[in-house]
Amino acid sequence: MSALHIKKGSTSHSAYNLRPNFSDVQERHTITILVENEPGVLARVIGLFSGRGYNIDSLTVAEVDHTGHLSRITIVTTGTPQVIEQIKAQLGRIVSVHEVTDLTVAGPFVERELAIVKVVGEGDKRVEAMRLAEIFRAKVVDTTLNSFIFELTGAPDKIDAFAEMMRPLGLTKIARTGVAALLRGN
Amino acid sequence: MTREMTGAKMVVQALKDQGVDTVFGYPGGAVLPIYDEIFLQNDIRHILVRHEQGAVHAAEGYARSTGKPGVVLVTSGPGATNAVTGLTDALLDSIPLVVLTGQVPTFMIGSDAFQEADTVGITRPCTKHNWLVKDTEKLAGTLHEAFHVATAGRPGPVLIDIPKDVQFATGTYHAPKPAASHYQPPVKGDLDAITELVAALETAKRPVFYTGGGVINSGPGASQLLRELVDATGIPVTSTLMGLGAYPASGKNWLGMLGMHGLYEANMAMHDCDLMINIGARFDDRITGRLDAFSPNSIKAHIDIDPSSINKVIRVDIPIVGDVGHVLEDILKIWKSRGRKVDSESIAKWQSQITEWRDVRCLAYTASEGTIKPQYALERLEALTKGHNRYITTEVGQHQMWAAQFLGFEDPNRWMTSGGLGTMGYGTPASIGVQVAHPDALVINVAGEASWLMNMQEMGTAVQYRLPVKQFILNNERLGMVRQWQELLHGERYSHSWSEALPDFVKLAEAFGAKGICVSDPKDLDDAIMEMINYDGPVIFDCLVEKHENCFPMIPSGKAHNEMLLGEAETQGVIQSGGAVLV
Ligand SMILES: Cc1ncc(C[n+]2csc(CCOP(=O)(O)OP(=O)(O)O)c2C)c(N)n1
Ligand SMILES: [Mg+2]
Repeated sequence: MSALHIKKGSTSHSAYNLRPNFSDVQERHTITILVENEPGVLARVIGLFSGRGYNIDSLTVAEVDHTGHLSRITIVTTGTPQVIEQIKAQLGRIVSVHEVTDLTVAGPFVERELAIVKVVGEGDKRVEAMRLAEIFRAKVVDTTLNSFIFELTGAPDKIDAFAEMMRPLGLTKIARTGVAALLRGN
Repeated sequence: MTREMTGAKMVVQALKDQGVDTVFGYPGGAVLPIYDEIFLQNDIRHILVRHEQGAVHAAEGYARSTGKPGVVLVTSGPGATNAVTGLTDALLDSIPLVVLTGQVPTFMIGSDAFQEADTVGITRPCTKHNWLVKDTEKLAGTLHEAFHVATAGRPGPVLIDIPKDVQFATGTYHAPKPAASHYQPPVKGDLDAITELVAALETAKRPVFYTGGGVINSGPGASQLLRELVDATGIPVTSTLMGLGAYPASGKNWLGMLGMHGLYEANMAMHDCDLMINIGARFDDRITGRLDAFSPNSIKAHIDIDPSSINKVIRVDIPIVGDVGHVLEDILKIWKSRGRKVDSESIAKWQSQITEWRDVRCLAYTASEGTIKPQYALERLEALTKGHNRYITTEVGQHQMWAAQFLGFEDPNRWMTSGGLGTMGYGTPASIGVQVAHPDALVINVAGEASWLMNMQEMGTAVQYRLPVKQFILNNERLGMVRQWQELLHGERYSHSWSEALPDFVKLAEAFGAKGICVSDPKDLDDAIMEMINYDGPVIFDCLVEKHENCFPMIPSGKAHNEMLLGEAETQGVIQSGGAVLV
């Protein structure tokens, strides 16, 4: 139909590596954002997600460069490829944002989360909880005669699996930090 | 050079150093120190509006007609919340504004103090960026940064919230420093992508330029380059509501406005083209109609300074992130260096197809001897003001669409309308802002009676500052656009779309100290318009028009470009369409 010589969807020469794929597949992406550490910056980022209807599966934030007043926000989000591209472009527009990196695209990357898990129980269940904790390399950071608090670090699915196993053994509370992530190598 | 001074003095000094000549504002407790400094100087003119929303729209009118950022000064609490509609309007239309709000003193923030509001919290989603300055030492830097952020990249409104103790305290002032900010959006487009676009342009058989407000925002140079490119290639050009005037209405390649109430030939060209070159527009839903039927067979190129505009709504084939002026310059350079090629034979065929569409005469309406048709009123306004140094603002509704259809814009920055937000009440204050910037020009607000009432208090401002703005009200005694939708989509149930208990506009004008003119007979219209033009002062022109006229062409929500309604006869069955859920 079209007599033009360009392939529809070719963006190879674009200054921005936009993925032109308008598919319905939901993808999970880990995005890190380097931001000016100023009041309200987290509200800007969160407000963008709520205002435009994007998902936040996990979010962490802390100052990473004290002299440069920079914080790193790590967000895990799900969406179609088009939504993920929009999220990155919209984040890039925020004036306090210095850098947006999609680790899922730029990868490979390391992803870690810390969880502390309270397990209440006695007898066999208590012994079994301890045994499983060893397998997962969880540390006991607090104990009473009928409870443990375990500390566990790892990728989110490892923590999910640990929590799943602990549930029948008396898991009563869990606190998770959300994901922190960095690209591997240099 | 640095100097010690109070925060309040810094505000005025920074405005001067940024080249500001006018501030639109309204005082209150939390900004009194700044008002004191304004009182003590003569370089910056302060225009006292009658409502803070008016201040922001006036600043928008000033900004859009000059290309410079508009500046607003209001108090804390209600002053700031009244500014919110204007900020949102400016954000959606990418208008550069610097809005300064007073705030309760830092030691009272969070205590629900008198006239305390979380201004930065409230305005975070409706500004490009905002700041709460808690330390006078940081004030000068923030003020300069605010002007940079408002104008760099895609322009937009910014806000600085300044607590009263910060205004009183002394700190170090420094002048603007170039490149002090980390915020530096790139303006040059990728040359490979531009070359790809030029190659597409050389072989296209049915190309069209689809231009938008970005061309205007890029500055008059961009409009000049657009004209050169359009005329050298012979490619037809259409524009969004926001981009009118970038290419002259009298130009031979002009298709007219596109979109929901755009011209038949413009929408058909968009639908049938094989190459669409979007320059500084954003595939807004008023433009695209039904997405899956939008220009199904075209290669699409998109030039935009904001990367988030690209692939947001419509997937494009050639994205170019950059400033319109810079990119157009490179397009021209590369196109010329490759030998100025176009497929002129095919384009000539394309043009004759367009002529056929044009011959449909989509703007034709049934004339009337007894009543003034709104279209006729605008045709006469156009004819009688054409040669003037003319600026047009509008309110929102049918009259706005008719103004876009029937008035011709030859230059950029001459047309101020609320596009993205569709804010009734925009036009009157905007006309005031335009007139302040262009004291000798003929400034006309094409209004509907309902919209006009929303910010009519600003007539007081016009009279006080001797601003001869002409309020051209197409009075159909209806919320006309709402009425039209109810007729077409809600079974003619006219729920609350009447303008009842309207004031006598002539008496109202007189009460303000302005001139009132009322006309209802088409035979008197020309004389009345001439009287309005020749009157040296603000005028309220009450033009009583046909009450039930509908605005055509119309692409009903949820329909495609080639499913346009051209007139009353085609409106049957629209009611059943699933588009009623869309706005
Ligand atoms: C502040 C605001 N409120 C409501 C609307 C919805 N609305 C759009 S057009 C319109 C009617 C406008 O009536 P009028 O100003 O008389 O213009 P007409 O359509 O009759 O020309 C309304 C209520 C709006 N755009 N803005
Ligand atoms: Mg009306």
